[in-house]
Amino acid sequence: MGTLAERRIGPPLLKAEQISLAFGGVRALSDVSLEIREHEILAIIGPNGAGKTSMLNVINGFYHPQRGTITFKGETRRRMRPHQAAETGIARTFQNVALFRGMTTLDNVMTGRLLRMRRNFLWQALHWGPALKEELEHRSFVERIIDFLEIQAIRKVPVGQLPYGLQKRVELGRALAMEPTLLLLDEPMAGMNVEEKEDMSRFILDVNDEFGTTIALIEHDMSVVMDLSDRVVVLDYGRKIADGPPDSVRRNQDVIDAYLGVSHD
Amino acid sequence: MLYREAGQFKTSYAADQAVFPIRQDRFLIAAALLIAYVAVPLLGNEYWLLTIMIPFLVFALAALGLNLLTGYAGQVSLGTGGFMAVGAFATYKLATGFPGLNIVAVFLIAGVITALVGLLFGFPSLRIKGFYLAVATLASQFFLIWMFNKFPWFTNYSSSGVISAPQRAVLGHFYVTGAEANPVDKYLFVLSFVAVLAFAAKNLVRGRIGRSWMAIRDMDIAAEIIGIHPLKTKLLAFAVSSFYCGIAGAMWAFIYTGGVEPLAFDIDRSFQILFMIIIGGLGSILGSFLGAGFIVLLPIFLDNTPRLVGLEIPVNTVTNLQSMIFGALIVFFLIVEPRGLARLWQIGKEKLRLWPFPY
Repeated sequence: MGTLAERRIGPPLLKAEQISLAFGGVRALSDVSLEIREHEILAIIGPNGAGKTSMLNVINGFYHPQRGTITFKGETRRRMRPHQAAETGIARTFQNVALFRGMTTLDNVMTGRLLRMRRNFLWQALHWGPALKEELEHRSFVERIIDFLEIQAIRKVPVGQLPYGLQKRVELGRALAMEPTLLLLDEPMAGMNVEEKEDMSRFILDVNDEFGTTIALIEHDMSVVMDLSDRVVVLDYGRKIADGPPDSVRRNQDVIDAYLGVSHD
Repeated sequence: MLYREAGQFKTSYAADQAVFPIRQDRFLIAAALLIAYVAVPLLGNEYWLLTIMIPFLVFALAALGLNLLTGYAGQVSLGTGGFMAVGAFATYKLATGFPGLNIVAVFLIAGVITALVGLLFGFPSLRIKGFYLAVATLASQFFLIWMFNKFPWFTNYSSSGVISAPQRAVLGHFYVTGAEANPVDKYLFVLSFVAVLAFAAKNLVRGRIGRSWMAIRDMDIAAEIIGIHPLKTKLLAFAVSSFYCGIAGAMWAFIYTGGVEPLAFDIDRSFQILFMIIIGGLGSILGSFLGAGFIVLLPIFLDNTPRLVGLEIPVNTVTNLQSMIFGALIVFFLIVEPRGLARLWQIGKEKLRLWPFPY
């Protein structure tokens, strides 16, 4: 498996360098550097409040770090807005599902295509000719994602009425519809039962495999993390304490201390 | 009953995405248009056309405009009256300033002017949401009405502050505004405007633009991470909504009443239209029409019912009763279905599909 992964994984796609982020006196991240390599699945783990979600928020522009830079696809930037991150090819899902509750599954996934729809206002008002053609092209792309995630049956159901596990799946679908180069998943399996976790794990592996999407995910279920990821980054109190393949991280003394606590006697 | 879609299989995404994917709905809308275009002008008398149908359509257009902004894009506005006033006064200035300009063009340009004004008053929406935004839009309401009262230039220095519609015709000799105008011509003119604009609104909300509006409404943070620019999207909603409200205001002043003062578009008007979309159904094109129908027709219905059944009730008692029944009905409908008449209609259709079985 090692050789296969090495062949698959390319050069760094995103580099975060010495990111420091504080909210008032609370230091969420101090001097964290990490890189995400092309086509890999990177897991970011750590105890509660370690700064995992803050890190994702910095990457896709929700938070602006006081220090440090992000280099994505060779472009270095200090500040940017989330919609600009979306334009450069970063998609994400949220820990608490952030779907558009009043819209159907199909419409939710279709919103992932908004950036790629170009027809102007007047064509939209006519909903005819080029606008209709464009709409149908994107519909058939979205239908492929719906097939891939096996959510055909709930296409026309408002997502507010769906069970939690399916909502998570629809949210993944919306992110995939953006055809991102980098996909950030914030606890994609939180609150799921074993079966749903297995499904979601399969989808994550398939996305990575079939579309070649680079994935960075936050997860608490260690068995899932160890099985899925090519590399694991461990954060604790806003610092990076380990970075490496799952096996070496599992044996790292700092990581064990962070999770189990250190005895002070 | 007859409302069953069994056997209607869609074989293309185009068919699945059509405005009215179900055959029965297509019949219904065709029948509605046929009645509106043929039966109403033939059977309706002047009273029906001028005091019921035209105000209903004008209100429906204003409600449609507000529904795009509030129901679809989620931005609560209490400035509808102000925007209608902009439409009315812009039409007046255009029609008197450029007498040669076609009245259709006048209405459309007035709509665009209102859209620009709406755009301006939409800027606070980037920072404030919900009830606070509603209060901020009150500023536009009061400022605009004050402006039209304050500066006589808007009324061409008329001493009463009232603007009255000059005589204008479409297609050569069909007068639609002014004293000579024929009720049927007026009605058909308004109807055509409303039908085209309603169809355009339906198209907007089922495409890219509608989805980005609804995304902003349902969860603005998630909308931003999929690449929606929040300010642009909200401003577009304000502009389009104001365009509709502006044309509605213009038709109110020019076709429905024929002459108007700024006070016709005061805060009461804004509330009235807000009630229409709440009762009709937020986020529904049909709801705008149902809500407008409810608010416009119910008082007239309540007015005439006692006379029809032969009851002689003093006029002021009727007025009091009317307010009481009207209020009670609004409360009743909101309790039965908070999501409006459009939702009731949808539930009714669901039931019809399964009838006579419960599920």
